[in-house]
Amino acid sequence: MNGPMDSPEEPLRLSVDRDRCAGAGMCALTAPEVFDQDDEEGLVVLRHPAPAPEHRAAARMAVGLCPAGAIALNSPDSTDA
Amino acid sequence: MSYDPTAAGDTTVDEPATLPTDRRTGCPFDPPAELTTLSDKPLRRMRYGDGHMGWLVTGHAAGRAILADPRFSSRYELLHLPEPIAGVSGEMPPAPVGDMLGLDAPEHTRYRRLLTGKFTVRRMRQLTERVAQFTTECLDAMEQAGPTADLVEAFAQPVPALMICELLGVPYADRERFQSDVATLFDQTAGLEAKGAAYTALLQFLGELVLAKRAEPTDDLLSDLTASDLTDEELAGVGGMLLAAGLDTTANMLGLGTFALLSNPGQLAALRADPGLAEQTVEELLRYLSVADPLLRSALEDVEVAGRLIRAGETVTVSVQATNRDPHKFPGPDRLDIHRKATGHLAFGHGAHQCLGQQLARVEMTVAFPALFARFPTLRLAVPPQEVPLRDRSNIYGVISLPVTWDKE
Ligand code: SF4
Repeated sequence: MNGPMDSPEEPLRLSVDRDRCAGAGMCALTAPEVFDQDDEEGLVVLRHPAPAPEHRAAARMAVGLCPAGAIALNSPDSTDA
Repeated sequence: MSYDPTAAGDTTVDEPATLPTDRRTGCPFDPPAELTTLSDKPLRRMRYGDGHMGWLVTGHAAGRAILADPRFSSRYELLHLPEPIAGVSGEMPPAPVGDMLGLDAPEHTRYRRLLTGKFTVRRMRQLTERVAQFTTECLDAMEQAGPTADLVEAFAQPVPALMICELLGVPYADRERFQSDVATLFDQTAGLEAKGAAYTALLQFLGELVLAKRAEPTDDLLSDLTASDLTDEELAGVGGMLLAAGLDTTANMLGLGTFALLSNPGQLAALRADPGLAEQTVEELLRYLSVADPLLRSALEDVEVAGRLIRAGETVTVSVQATNRDPHKFPGPDRLDIHRKATGHLAFGHGAHQCLGQQLARVEMTVAFPALFARFPTLRLAVPPQEVPLRDRSNIYGVISLPVTWDKE
């Protein structure tokens, strides 16, 4: 299991659920390279499902901060390589 | 309905029996002493104003879990109040039309979706210039009229008030019509009747405004919303909720935050030396002061949290100020430390109801605090700290006034 605070070296894959998103913007604030909000509804937009190493720590933090549990973090499995 | 302890799964009745609210004995920035000594017990039984036996949450992890869990309802009519308010004997009346704070999904979602796009990080950052302008105007006026000023009146109130009024499209000149009504809504000593009258007045004011916007839309949020499927009544309710939320919260953060920084000269000096610390300082002040408190939820079904069984129908009071002082989450929690990463605090709540306007509040504070301290390098309290009057009976904590002075150049 990956916790939000795991090492930034480890690759990660993200997915978002816009139906759950509350539009509070914690993700866009915490990891602007990875997440955005669309202009109409203010809901999360995933810019990079597999963020570059330098953005991974922030992305993991955003997962932990999202108030709505709208961002999922999947450890990359073998089928993913 | 009376509580039968033998019928509940958890019969442990532990202290304290009621919600601790007395801050008077300690530091004005600290939660009531009894609350923070509970950190080893994240969740405990609490007796409510009407005799209901519910829960008090002081642990960060437990509070966060409850606020994020849709099995806990925000519907007012399901909640018991920690302390009785005049005119409410048992449960509360349901949320008035348009007040999404007292609703659950899917009703809550319908309102929230209409608004989230208006409060994105990007949109709020675009308001930085405008906030800076309002701040400068207020500081100019304060400088000319002083020294000595009431910082609340000169600065902490008008900066967020000007901004939320402009954003919503509410004429700032009309503020006498809504400012005291909003204060009454948050006043814990005001009875239900007074609150009802204040709310009716606020709604009437917004109702008139909504009609005006429908007739002649301008470039603001209320006008934009006239294009949605909201009825006039809903629109006035949503507008009232946004106005109330946008006025008092940030104003009290600015007033109490200035007091806290002036009382911690080392921290203030660090911020002055490096304005780049502004964002971090704002986060830490949000954690340390937690002005909007507490948050109430009601269990819709039996839920286990932190090893205790919360039964369907039981009300849970999440003490935000206590969770934000949980030493397991924030080491040395009673220290104001602008170098710490306070991210993850619950000052804006958590879950589906997490504060919609939080990015606006962040922009306002990040601009306003450094501007204030840059303009007045010798800013200090004009009265002994113990004489600063506190809003200790309001749902939004803060200072009633903050007399300050400075040396003229
Ligand atoms: S932090 Fe979560 S709720 Fe907020 S915008 Fe991002 S995905 Fe949506």
